[in-house]
Amino acid sequence: MEFQVSTTSQVPIYRQLAGQIRRGVALGKLVVGEQLPSVREFSRQLVVNPNTIARAYLELERDGVVHTRQGIGVFIAQPQSDVQKTARKKLLLDKLDELLTDAVYLEFTQQEVTELVRKRSQLFSWPRAGGES
Amino acid sequence: MDAIVTDGLTKIYNGRPVVHGLTLRIPAGCVYGFLGRNGAGKSTTTRMLTGMTFPDAGTVTVLGNDSTQLSAETRARIAYIAEGHPIYKWMTVDHFLKFSRSFAHRWNHQLVEQILDYFQLSRSRKLGKLSKGQQAQVSLAAAIAPDPDLLILDDPTLGLDTVVRRDFLESLIQIIQRQGRTILFSSHILGDVERVADRIGIMVDGILRVDAPTDDFKSSIRRIVLEFTGEPPPFPDCPGVIATRVIGRKREVIVAGLTEKHKEAMESLSPLASEVLELNLEDAFIAYTRGARPAMPLFHLQADLSP
Repeated sequence: MEFQVSTTSQVPIYRQLAGQIRRGVALGKLVVGEQLPSVREFSRQLVVNPNTIARAYLELERDGVVHTRQGIGVFIAQPQSDVQKTARKKLLLDKLDELLTDAVYLEFTQQEVTELVRKRSQLFSWPRAGGES
Repeated sequence: MDAIVTDGLTKIYNGRPVVHGLTLRIPAGCVYGFLGRNGAGKSTTTRMLTGMTFPDAGTVTVLGNDSTQLSAETRARIAYIAEGHPIYKWMTVDHFLKFSRSFAHRWNHQLVEQILDYFQLSRSRKLGKLSKGQQAQVSLAAAIAPDPDLLILDDPTLGLDTVVRRDFLESLIQIIQRQGRTILFSSHILGDVERVADRIGIMVDGILRVDAPTDDFKSSIRRIVLEFTGEPPPFPDCPGVIATRVIGRKREVIVAGLTEKHKEAMESLSPLASEVLELNLEDAFIAYTRGARPAMPLFHLQADLSP
């Protein structure tokens, strides 16, 4: 997965990076156990102070998205905690708000949107209810 | 250990304080972005740090030594690149490196070779014949070859094109990674500063207005926009307000650290619409330096630097 940061954004660099990794996990582009670049590698690749990368990793580790194995590297963690569920829910809500904003401007009614989501979601495969993915 | 400590540092030129009561502490290993508009007092400050100019009041300690009485040993641990990379144009790259080496106690040959190699700089080229970007690379090589504990760069990317600037930043990142030494650099390119600096300081008319971790500064500056039907009323005076101005029927207020007080003040005006927006570093910097008033609040944050 490719990462990039922008200095014209209002979002601090460490949060941009953390957000991209979160999104990568949520979309399945980053899988459990996958190794991420080291702080040094990432710093060189993105031309960003290593402390900034370390801060992003620290935040992700706190939220249970990655785990650091001392001297080996940084890996995508097994999702299990409620913390991660909350984080994923927040990501989904952000996307949902974006979508609903568009829907309002495209002049759909609330009912139409609900119906479309219901129909469309039948095309996807979903984890069983109760079973945390 | 702190690399740089100043207390009430002041320099007066023609009866006017160019640097006024500067109190600053930069821990060892920190990459500090020193910002301010032209004439804000940045260069005078760096000159006092390196002992090239003596303060009129206050003290300045660099690597544990008084800057006005630096020994040769301490000087050898400090590297300074002046604005515009002034170098002797008639020298070849080889001459220049040997010349620089004669002042150094230590010399990292391997590092110099790596830099020359990376930037494809030939030792036999005359400095005057090199591009501005290449001259900058040579002066960077000469500055870091003695393995300095403190590197002071006065606007090192000034006049470099976008590609060379990125190259320069990449080498700076490598230097940060290699030794964790203290770097103080001034720049007008806020994007570069955000990439490289752990902390930033903003000088406005000789006064250090901001001294905070880069991310904290960026995420605490907010732009409040209030819309009214007619002439916008004045914003109530409360702490943290940096600047405020009227644009048509809107009042714009820039605050450092949005508090309940600000929200109450917003509501008390009962605007037609209100919005709180985040700013990028450049816009935050502009808001801070353009709106400068003597009574403006200082934004000094001491925070844990460890990642």
